[in-house]
Amino acid sequence: MNRVAKKILAAVAAVVSLATLTGCGTSSAETSGPKITIGIKYDQPGVGYKEGDNYSGFDVDVARYVAKQLGYSEKQIVWKEAPSAQREALLQNGDVDFIIASYSITADRKKVVDFAGPYFVAGQDLLVRSDDTSIKSAKDLNGKNLCTVSGSTSAQVIKDNFAKSVQIMELSGYAECVTALISGTVDAVTTDDIILAGLAHAKGNGLLKVLGQPFTKETYGIGVKKGDTQLISKINAALKKMVDDGSWNKALDSATGGTGYTPNKEWNPPKNFDAENSDETVRQ
Amino acid sequence: MQEMMTLLSNYNVPAAFWVNVQLTLWSALFSLILGVILVMMRISPVGSLRGFAVAFVEFFKNMPLTIIMVFMLLGVFVQLRFQFSSTFSTNFYWLAITGLSLYTSAFVCESLRSGINTVPLGQAEAARSLGLSFFQTAGLIILPQAFRGSVAPLGNTLIALLKNSTVAAAASVATETSTLMKTMIEYNASMIIAVFLIFAIGYVILIIPIGLLTTWLSNKLAVRR
Amino acid sequence: MTSAQAETAETTAVAPSKGLFRRRAKSVEQSVLFDEPGPRARRRIRLFNVFGAIAIVAFVVWILYRFANPPQGENQLSWDLWKPALSADAWIYFYLPGLLATLEASVLAIVGSMVFGVVFGIGRLLPVRIVRWISSAVVEFCRAVPVLLFMIFFWRLFAGMGFNDGAAFWAVVLSLVLYNGSVVAELVRSGVGNLPRGQHEAAIALGMSPLRSLVSVEVPQALIAMLPAMITQLVVVLKDTALGSIITYTDLLQESRRLGSAHFDTLQTLCVSAVIYFIICYILSIVAERLPERLKRHTIGVVREPVQAPIAILDPSNVLAQERASERELPQGGAEPLFPDHYHGSNAVVTDAWRYAHMEHGHDPRHPDEHLKTILPESVYRKRSQAEDKAVRSVWGDSDDEDAGDTGDASAKDEKK
Repeated sequence: MNRVAKKILAAVAAVVSLATLTGCGTSSAETSGPKITIGIKYDQPGVGYKEGDNYSGFDVDVARYVAKQLGYSEKQIVWKEAPSAQREALLQNGDVDFIIASYSITADRKKVVDFAGPYFVAGQDLLVRSDDTSIKSAKDLNGKNLCTVSGSTSAQVIKDNFAKSVQIMELSGYAECVTALISGTVDAVTTDDIILAGLAHAKGNGLLKVLGQPFTKETYGIGVKKGDTQLISKINAALKKMVDDGSWNKALDSATGGTGYTPNKEWNPPKNFDAENSDETVRQ
Repeated sequence: MQEMMTLLSNYNVPAAFWVNVQLTLWSALFSLILGVILVMMRISPVGSLRGFAVAFVEFFKNMPLTIIMVFMLLGVFVQLRFQFSSTFSTNFYWLAITGLSLYTSAFVCESLRSGINTVPLGQAEAARSLGLSFFQTAGLIILPQAFRGSVAPLGNTLIALLKNSTVAAAASVATETSTLMKTMIEYNASMIIAVFLIFAIGYVILIIPIGLLTTWLSNKLAVRR
Repeated sequence: MTSAQAETAETTAVAPSKGLFRRRAKSVEQSVLFDEPGPRARRRIRLFNVFGAIAIVAFVVWILYRFANPPQGENQLSWDLWKPALSADAWIYFYLPGLLATLEASVLAIVGSMVFGVVFGIGRLLPVRIVRWISSAVVEFCRAVPVLLFMIFFWRLFAGMGFNDGAAFWAVVLSLVLYNGSVVAELVRSGVGNLPRGQHEAAIALGMSPLRSLVSVEVPQALIAMLPAMITQLVVVLKDTALGSIITYTDLLQESRRLGSAHFDTLQTLCVSAVIYFIICYILSIVAERLPERLKRHTIGVVREPVQAPIAILDPSNVLAQERASERELPQGGAEPLFPDHYHGSNAVVTDAWRYAHMEHGHDPRHPDEHLKTILPESVYRKRSQAEDKAVRSVWGDSDDEDAGDTGDASAKDEKK
């Protein structure tokens, strides 16, 4: 009995030490120096996208540039996934230093977090099946099904302004929405045009198309913890430099090139980094 | 205390609990029916049915409920296009009940099987010698006694089911307690402990009576042998 | 999809088992409920068998067909969708890190819940009323609150307290520790309750305090006895870590969904992770089932996977009723107690040989007190309390007319020998 008890104890001890070891292994720093943690999307091709150890997309390029201006090298960046529903929480918790994850500036969100930017102005649009001719504008969505990701407000905008009787399905990622769109479970996916363009491109084979009629003005901001004004001004300076030296255009080109997508010329690239609220008034 | 009162007046917490109770009751009903069918298959002389019941039970016993719920949404609804209603919220509600019922029926089957094991062999032998068929033996002699013998594990399963109903959030049921708790914490971060206590106490109030009833019933109904 | 999974499960789930419980269950199921079938019945069974098999296969094929030819959209069985879900990169960058995260949380949680369980299990057994009440309240509370609520709460709480990293991880671990720890506490309590009273009495007689007796004599034996149940609990922990994906913990489920979003094949990646979960949990279940045989040598307690963890709510007695009801019959009548039977609180385990010997000497095990009465004066002989008497009777069966027949059987058997 005693021997067995000892064996069990030994096993438990081994397991504990193993667990703590692996725990240390994942959290300890691989490189020296301070770290900066940036929240991005992992699942939005063209915007924020992770494949293996490679991060790509427009948001990621902006994040790299800003981090560099703040004095962090590429190796000092710790990427963290910031799903739509958890962006406020991540900032409030201090899990990330800032978030660049197609995060539109709104008065509501400003109550809980602060924004730098905007670094991009997008517009809400619809992604539909190419062979679906019944949807020409957001108004045609009455009686149809619409998909968006949980925590996003974009579907509510459509319900309030265009189609009172649209049904909304919330899934945890845009890719899941795209599968639902292809399988006919929903008739449209809505979010900002740049994201939709990225999705249409990634899915390929011309199955999907972006409607091309943005009906809101979404100012993409860089979310920071409430009250961190110092960081905001630093980021804004970095953004200004990025637009001025042409890196901004290069980043956008490399992220969405080939998808046939052009952002609204009037709004982009942004000139005033005043955390302007997204324009909630919807252009009918 | 003050905080709890404000929270309770601002949010409809009982409604959320009612959704969970409804999910639980429907799933309990369906999983009981399915569980009885499964256990009948398991004790039947037909090999293929027995094999199916074993596979079914082992599969759902060893599968996280979260995955089953996500499957109900992405597999059954999005790809297979099975739907209970064209209204999304009703549809998700019944999909969640289906997922919960499938998962729980495996445990109901196991509970009933343990109850069957409490029935002495002599009972079945006596039933057979009276000339009862398989269905008569199972339905009239074995299962009634098995139910009495498995009150305790069935009660455990019911308690687990009530708690598992919060996982319906993974199947997009947005009106149940865990979702509401998340929302409430988001907008009342300073009152997080009060929010949690409201829901925790709610579950304690729901579950303690089930436990007491189960204990009382299992002692009352247990067949003395 | 579930049924497609079920099909794969069917091929793997050939339940090989040696456990006491399973073996008995099999004999009940297969040989008693129906007669050894005659030629006609056998034909009918064969017919049902074939029809059943056809129905099951048809159902699975129909599901797969529907996946391959959905009303609209893509063939879900096409290799284009499965390839990225099974590629080497998927394993290296998604499944394996996810699995590691899942295992890390599970192992830490099971170790933590053992500690929690032992502490509060002992707390519920101590003769100090306050300690007992507090421990009971904590255990009952933790068992009643859904794990998901715990997780959301701790996640946001840790976050608010300024844990930068790992708020989700520690929320998952702590929630699982609280819930499963309270289950373990009940297992400890019922495990100690199932030990013969003589163990405790001997420890007290040696001058140990009740706490000391629990810590160094009773709980260690109970722990070994409940090891199979602990492994069953590990399956529960492993399954519940999947809830962590709801609070952004990047476990296996979360990683597979992320992989799916890269290639628009979430369903396929979910299938792969489901298979991984199933295999691990199934292996653990089998281990839990086989372990009792090996552990029996090391404890005097009841080593056996309980049907389910005992109900915590206020009373452990239902477990004993449950266990007692599942005692099996012996050839000479009565039932073999699954609880070790001890003669008048002595430490001697009642073995079959002992029982036969005593029956040979005209001793009726169902009325041990009567026997004592004849040799000891009333003042020395301690009368059993009604509860104890009832317990003993229920172990041995209490009908008097059966007695005569049974002892007769036994002696007839002996004569044959």
